Amino acid sequence: MLWAVIVTALLLSGALFSLIAAIGIVRLPDLYSRMHAASKAGTVGSGLLLLAVGIHSEDMSILARALAGFVFFVLTAPIAAHLLARAAHKAGHRLTPPSVRDELLLREQIAKRGYKKRG
Amino acid sequence: MIAASVVSAAVMVALGILSMAFLLTVYRVVAGPTLPDRVLALDMLVAIVIGFIAVIAIKTGFTLYIDIAISLGLVGFLATVAFARFILTQAQSNTMERIGAEQNDGIAAESRKTRKHRRKKGAR
Repeated sequence: MLWAVIVTALLLSGALFSLIAAIGIVRLPDLYSRMHAASKAGTVGSGLLLLAVGIHSEDMSILARALAGFVFFVLTAPIAAHLLARAAHKAGHRLTPPSVRDELLLREQIAKRGYKKRG
Repeated sequence: MIAASVVSAAVMVALGILSMAFLLTVYRVVAGPTLPDRVLALDMLVAIVIGFIAVIAIKTGFTLYIDIAISLGLVGFLATVAFARFILTQAQSNTMERIGAEQNDGIAAESRKTRKHRRKKGAR
């Protein structure tokens, strides 16, 4: 019974994390904020579902495989998101107006024009 | 007995929630205003499909599905990296074209000036 409760909790929380990531992808205003929703909540969602399979099977080797898959996603999702964000920023996609600070753009401008001291 | 029925009910609920998430992400793939938005939504689609595969592995009892999920994650990661590289090279080629066009404009303007100058000289 305890296993069933754990598997049920993992299944429902993983599916809800995926749903939250999808809602974030639809609702958020900006590529970069959408990326923030997708690459964190989405990874945790699919990882929790994999963990549910591993625990449901009650087999150590299958649990190890599921954990390997989880670790693989946790390692690769930030790399993919970082590469995509960097490419989009270099391609000229800017942050939407409510966001106030763009350090990467500032650094590019300083590198281009030289640093000027204010005042 | 109760445990199995609880897990199968949770599997059905999880499948429903995941299909809602899938449809929302498909909306972003279709409507996304720029190419990076679509690539990000495709990445998210791969993550949701991995979740689907895990839930179906519980439903059917075939644990071999985990290997399929891992390989799908590898393919999705490679696809996202390749798309990011494509966006980067496209942006660089666009900026090079713009610089080339500006230089061409400059050359054309200068040649127009010199032609005018020459014409003036010829008239004198």
